[in-house]
This record gives sequence, C-alpha cells and structure tokens, in this order.
Amino acid sequence: MMQLRDKGMAEKILEKIRKINIPLKIMHVCGTHQDTIVKYGIDEMLKEYGIEVIEGPGCPVCVTTPSEILKAVTLAKNGHTIATFGDMVRVPAAGESLQKAKAEGGDVRIVYGIEDAVKMAKHGEVIFIGVGFETTAPSTAITLLRRPENFMVLSCHRYVPPAMDALLGMGEIKLDGIICPGHVSTIIGLKPYRPLSEKYGIPQVVAGFEPLDVLMAVYMIARQVKEGRHEVENEYIRVVKEEGNRKAMEAIEKVFEPAPIKWRGFPVIPDSKMRIREEFAEYDAERVYEDIIGGIENIPEPPGCKCGEVLRGLMHPSECPLFGKTCIPSSPVGPCMVSYEGACNIEYKYRKDVM
Amino acid sequence: MCLAIPGRVERIEGDKAVVDYGGIRREVDISLVDVKEGEYVIVHAGFAIQVLDEREAKETLKIFEELMENA
Ligand code: SF4
Repeated sequence: MMQLRDKGMAEKILEKIRKINIPLKIMHVCGTHQDTIVKYGIDEMLKEYGIEVIEGPGCPVCVTTPSEILKAVTLAKNGHTIATFGDMVRVPAAGESLQKAKAEGGDVRIVYGIEDAVKMAKHGEVIFIGVGFETTAPSTAITLLRRPENFMVLSCHRYVPPAMDALLGMGEIKLDGIICPGHVSTIIGLKPYRPLSEKYGIPQVVAGFEPLDVLMAVYMIARQVKEGRHEVENEYIRVVKEEGNRKAMEAIEKVFEPAPIKWRGFPVIPDSKMRIREEFAEYDAERVYEDIIGGIENIPEPPGCKCGEVLRGLMHPSECPLFGKTCIPSSPVGPCMVSYEGACNIEYKYRKDVM
Repeated sequence: MCLAIPGRVERIEGDKAVVDYGGIRREVDISLVDVKEGEYVIVHAGFAIQVLDEREAKETLKIFEELMENA
C-alpha cells in the first residue's frame, strides 16, 4: 500500500484540485479518516485551496450518550461483569465511568473484540457493551446467532446513514460534499447513500484510508461540484463493492432492528439504533435488566464539553475552551478526547507540539 | 478503530484463519467472507469484513491517473 503515499501522485491530485478552484466544505464520518487527515496534514494542505475537511459524527464511542455509558456503569456497580473496548471504559458520564466503577471493585474487563468476551463467559455471565457502526455490528450479530451461553449485549450499535440524513436535514451546516466511511461502506455498499444525494443534492465519495485515497476523494467531490453532479462515487474499489458484504448485512438484519435513539450532540434520530430483536431477547441486557437500567435517560453532557458541536461539524476541537487545558487524553472531559477515533484526541495527538 | 491495512490469510481452519501482517500473526474469524489462503483481508475487531481485490489494489494509481485524465 506504500504506493498510496506516493508524493508525486499527491502533488498531481492537489494540482487538479487547485485547478478546479472552488472553495468547499467537506465532511467525513470516520475516525480513521480523521487520523489520516491530521497525521499527514491533509486538512492544512487543502485549506490553502479554500477547502475545509471536517469530521462529523464518525466516532462510535463519541456519539454514544452519557445515558448509555451510565447504564453500563450501573450494571457494573450492581455486580455484573462488563466487557468492552478500552476507550469506552474511560468515557466520563455524570461523574462516573466504567474505569471508576472498576476502581471501586466492579468487574470491568477490556477486550479487543467480542470473541474475547465470549471466551470469558465460559466462567460466568458477561455483558458486552456493543459499540460501533455497521463495521462492528456484524461481529456482534454473528456472535448472537451462535447463541453463546452466559452472554449478553448492551447494544449501542448504530446505523450511519440515518445520522447523515439527520445532520443534513438540520441545516445548521452547509456542506458541499461527504466522504463516506470506507469500512461502513464495505458492509453496506453504495446503495444506502443514494437517497441522501438525491434528497440534499450532495456529492458523496466512498474513500479508503491512505492519504492518496482521501485526496482523491476530495478531488472527485470537487469535480462533481464543478460539473453540477451529485452522485455516490466509489474511490475505494479495491475493497468496497456496490452491494457491500451480503453475509454481514444478513447477520445484522437477523439480529437487529432499527429503532430511534439519541446521539450525543443530536436529538433522537429515527431508525438509527440497532436494537436486538425480540427473538434474541435473552441476550439483550436492556431487556433482561430493565429493572436496573430502564429508567436511566437524559443524563447531561459533561459541563463545558463541546463534543456535541464538534460532532455536528460546527466547531473545531481547538476552538473548545477546554482543549489542551483541562481536557487532555490522560484526563479527558469528553469522549472526543478519550477515543482514538475522536476529533479532539486526534488533534491533540498530532498537534499538541504546535499548539 | 478500523485496521485499514490488509493482512494475508496464511491458514484456514473452519471459521478461523491465521492472518499475517508482515510477520505479526493474528487469529481472525472469517465467517463473514469467502476467502482462500493467500488472499488479503480487511479485519475489524477480530473479524475479516472484506477480501481485498488485489488486481484493483495493484492498479489503484493507474485508475487515479485515468480518472484525472478524463477530467
Ligand atoms: S476538548 Fe474535551 S471538553 Fe472540549 S469538546 Fe473535546 S472532549 Fe469535549
């Protein structure tokens, strides 16, 4: 893949973008894209041409609400074993976190994937906090289809296209194009994006994660704008197929159904939650432990945290008054500083020395 | 986060495969894809989510050139 970091090619693409000469505001919705963009300084490069590239609601841990975090914490405090990804453990909510629950004697385990959690369940009940978009949800779905013993999921899984629809529909931010997330698209294919391009007249390009992939996607969007087109194009053809990954989609459909859910920084977004279907109710921690966590809702954001604005693309991390001051990765105020897919964390990681 | 780098499938046993990332080996669940030994996969949270199209990957730069020439 090293060829996709070729300098000469990057210059060629940049020159093409410069020639088109249209100022653009482009959003992507993927932490891995943001990492590539900041690591290689692509956003700075493009600024010179009047092109702004920003991360929207592309970090699954970040869009998970304080209420969902507190549900997990409450289960841990009630003696249940919780297994989840490392960054979820550190997200604060209402003065609590899974890390804190662990320090106070709760059984909270960090896993790299759901399979580790299933292995742990051989020795007693484990509740896996399932976070992630269409990329991660198939692994949860496949696991529940195998009907593992002693195992439950608290599903925080979400569908991406409804959030893009919500963001465009809110009309707070005027976007000229969207870079669609490469690995979500690996699963869902190109079709789910088309209604959005129709409805909002917006160009979309599915892109891979190498620097040249991102530059190429920006070029393809610029060209669409110049030619007055608003289509869904695919730059990541070496991985993303028109129809996506059928097996993975089938697994998602068998296990989950769309339901409304709030996203951090957003109101309730219809059909954006992957709720575990009735047939799998015995694996659904929300159903099984409704008595313990059913009433937890509307938990407020951490005071002063601007993650909501960052996730809606209205604010750059560096514009948050807490950024790099009281909020740093080792003592994060909000999830965008915790998660390595969060815009604040990525900004701090690569630019703290130039701040 | 997504591991954007493809790994090479070394050995398959049922739903599991050993995937090689330039010397670092990982066990990966391959039940979501149809893959053969020697092919490259994209892996996310312990699951292969797609098989890399090697021909397209090798020609990516050429495809970029073509796309820009038609502009
Ligand atoms: S810098 Fe910290 S407080 Fe500010 S928006 Fe980011 S996570 Fe929230």
